[in-house]
Amino acid sequence: MNELRRSFLKLTGGATALAVVTMAGLLKTGQALAAWNKAGFESKAVADVLKSLGATDAAESKDIVITAPDIAENGAVVPIAVTSRIPNTQQISVVAEKNPFPLAATFDVGGGGEGYVSTRIKMGQTSNVWAVVKAGGKYYVAKKEVKITVGGCG
Amino acid sequence: MAEPMKIRATLQGDVADVRILMLHPMETGQRKDGKGKIVPLHFIQSVLVTHNGKTVLDAQWSQAVARNPFLGLRVKGAKAGDKISVTWIDNKGEKRTDEVTVAGAS
Repeated sequence: MNELRRSFLKLTGGATALAVVTMAGLLKTGQALAAWNKAGFESKAVADVLKSLGATDAAESKDIVITAPDIAENGAVVPIAVTSRIPNTQQISVVAEKNPFPLAATFDVGGGGEGYVSTRIKMGQTSNVWAVVKAGGKYYVAKKEVKITVGGCG
Repeated sequence: MAEPMKIRATLQGDVADVRILMLHPMETGQRKDGKGKIVPLHFIQSVLVTHNGKTVLDAQWSQAVARNPFLGLRVKGAKAGDKISVTWIDNKGEKRTDEVTVAGAS
């Protein structure tokens, strides 16, 4: 946890980010929206995305299931569902490896949500889709290749 | 004003299966319009889903989420008649909140 916080602070520029996070934490649930992970969403490489999430030492896990087509004809609409059977799943991130900005979305599923989300993303070209799951303070990943016939980033 | 969302919440046992369809252009900032001008970034940044006022999903999105975003999730410990509320905010500060009640198992 401390490590995550340290790298988060480093990346987002210290005191301001901390103030924002603290304020969001103090607000009542129902109003508070998590601070947007600007560093992560602007990263252009998967390694930087993992760093922004604090997940550089994430272990591969078979308990994460990515449901996505093997071949998606239209890269503008690629349905992705992630199911995490890891207990205490707190957060699920979806990363499309070769997109201009790989991090597509982060879902905090902490309170009462199940370790499941599904959505549709855009993919520029054939690449691996990563699901990065945070559970019990630790990080886990799973990957699945999705082939794209027509890219959807243009 | 943004278009209303389509939300459906159906009960399966004690888990509510929630499906949300938002209407939003989700511009990537890379697409060009007919005149060759780049269409500026315009996308939903944050989505908050609450169950009877308690946060169950807090999502942060990038422009890589597809146009007219779909979001599916499951809420544990839900009962028929419970309120599911969804709020999104985009990068221009526009927002929209819609609420549904959980329908009983059919």
